[in-house]
Amino acid sequence: MSTTTARGVAKSPAAEGTPPVPRRRGVRGRTLNFWLFTGPFLTGLVIFVYVPIGWSAYLSFFDARYTVTPSEFIGFDNYTYMLTNDKFVESLVTFTVFAALVVPVTWALSLGLALLVNRIRFMQAFFRSVFFLPTAVSFVAASLIWKMSVFSGVRFGLANTVLGWFGVENIAWLADPNPPWYWLVIVTVRLWLQSGFYMILFLAALQNIPPELYEAAAIDGAKPGWQTFRYVTLPQLRATSTAVILLLLVAAYQAFDEFFNLLAKTTWGRPPLVELYYTALGENQDYGAGSAGAMILTLLICVVTLLQGRLMGFGRGEETK
Amino acid sequence: MRTRRTTTGSTGLYLATGIAAFLFLVPFYLIVRNALSTDAEITGENWKFFPTDIQWGNFTELFDDPTVPFGQSLWNSAVVGVLHTLGTLLVCSLAGYGLARIPYRHANKIFYAVLVTLMVPTAVTFVPSFVLVSSLGWVSTLRGLVIPGLFSGFTCFLFRQYFLGFPRELEEAARVDGLGYWGAYWRIVVPNSLNFFAAIATITFISGWNAFLWPLVIGQDQQAWTVQVALSSYMTNQTVNFHLIFMATAVSILPLVFVFLFLQRWLVQGVAQTGIKG
Repeated sequence: MSTTTARGVAKSPAAEGTPPVPRRRGVRGRTLNFWLFTGPFLTGLVIFVYVPIGWSAYLSFFDARYTVTPSEFIGFDNYTYMLTNDKFVESLVTFTVFAALVVPVTWALSLGLALLVNRIRFMQAFFRSVFFLPTAVSFVAASLIWKMSVFSGVRFGLANTVLGWFGVENIAWLADPNPPWYWLVIVTVRLWLQSGFYMILFLAALQNIPPELYEAAAIDGAKPGWQTFRYVTLPQLRATSTAVILLLLVAAYQAFDEFFNLLAKTTWGRPPLVELYYTALGENQDYGAGSAGAMILTLLICVVTLLQGRLMGFGRGEETK
Repeated sequence: MRTRRTTTGSTGLYLATGIAAFLFLVPFYLIVRNALSTDAEITGENWKFFPTDIQWGNFTELFDDPTVPFGQSLWNSAVVGVLHTLGTLLVCSLAGYGLARIPYRHANKIFYAVLVTLMVPTAVTFVPSFVLVSSLGWVSTLRGLVIPGLFSGFTCFLFRQYFLGFPRELEEAARVDGLGYWGAYWRIVVPNSLNFFAAIATITFISGWNAFLWPLVIGQDQQAWTVQVALSSYMTNQTVNFHLIFMATAVSILPLVFVFLFLQRWLVQGVAQTGIKG
């Protein structure tokens, strides 16, 4: 009963279309409330996101070894040091190779799994759970399984055991960069951990495709299978595909855990964040150079995100919601 | 003709799905097998599919091992995980609501200031964050592990988007009952959004439990290690005890398997929510 009355009052012309504003409170009351709600978050955001970035920008122009309150201004020396530093440049190459491998492979596998699970009728929930389960596992735990068991370079590693049944010699998966088998290890870890996550996104999108489209395509003579997939399913998944590729790329850019753990003590296969870790927190504790590196990476990712958003029309993909 | 096609088609379908599922389960099998074997069996000449004698004693041995404070690290992870989740939900949901619903002159500018932080992944700024946190004297402390991670622009953004779609009628009813923004939020909005909160909580907890880079940077002191840092230390130890390492892995994954089994509905929902990230 009271609800009906409430609705009636709320629909008075003055309240129409305006946000629910408590009576007897003016602009000042609203401003106060706004800060009450957002204040704690914004304070934290300034202290723990904006201040560090600002401080880091400051440090990047100083000789800041073993100290975070340096006094010697050195201009762009840290930047030129990082950009001419073979290791840092190499880490950017490592990232590029990594992204070129992991992004398309994960995209294809998660889409493939989604297509399979979507078509399956029997035990669908079971299979979906199996593919999704690794999402809960950490990169550290997965790296451990891969390094100590699946791709252990010794005789009793799983891969070497299986290859041994076919008479193949033991392979040092991680300990030898020639040939670079370590990429297989690195890429499969991430594949196992992340495919389920993206499969869920693709599944949701697949279930949103109106069935009439498939009926219409069948009437128009499209053969089930590749033709239907190519001309109906794939275009309908465009927004999700774009989002997935962007997410994969940003995630690859931040790759740290598996490289750090799988390739500890090696000099190859260091992506940018691992390189920065050793620069800033390794023997030298060079916060100046580390900060300059962080600034360069931040700038790069901003440019890439913006470019990608522009090129792929991201943001227009409202259907994914 | 049509039925034959579907039968062969579905045989292939189930075969492909079955093989993929088998491959996805192999790592889990390896954890269980190794965690319950002796080192002699793991490293033996011939592959043993299952341990001859299941070694439940590996579990207690793990917690008695003096080289790595595994029990302590497990406790740290639990505390960090819970505080991280509760704190993030509280701070980010309030901000999301404020941005979505309370009219304020500069609200748009402030929202853009939040959005900008989405372009810079927090992992990339770990050096500056460490600089700040270390000058606050928070290295190897609980505060240092939890507080810097609470202010997620992305979570705030998700809450804002969610509250924009929250039915206004409910809040209007609350307003007629004389509640201000604060009262309406706690009595009407939150109780009617528990599904969304649960979904975000599940995702936040998992990512907190699995986080590695920040706990590694902050946990300089063994007593402040989280379970991920402890696991990582096993890989660089001089002596390798396979059965202990895999028992540790199994124990570290177990809480998440429970989360997964009992909260899967919210987890899937959470993934679908976070997947819209832009």
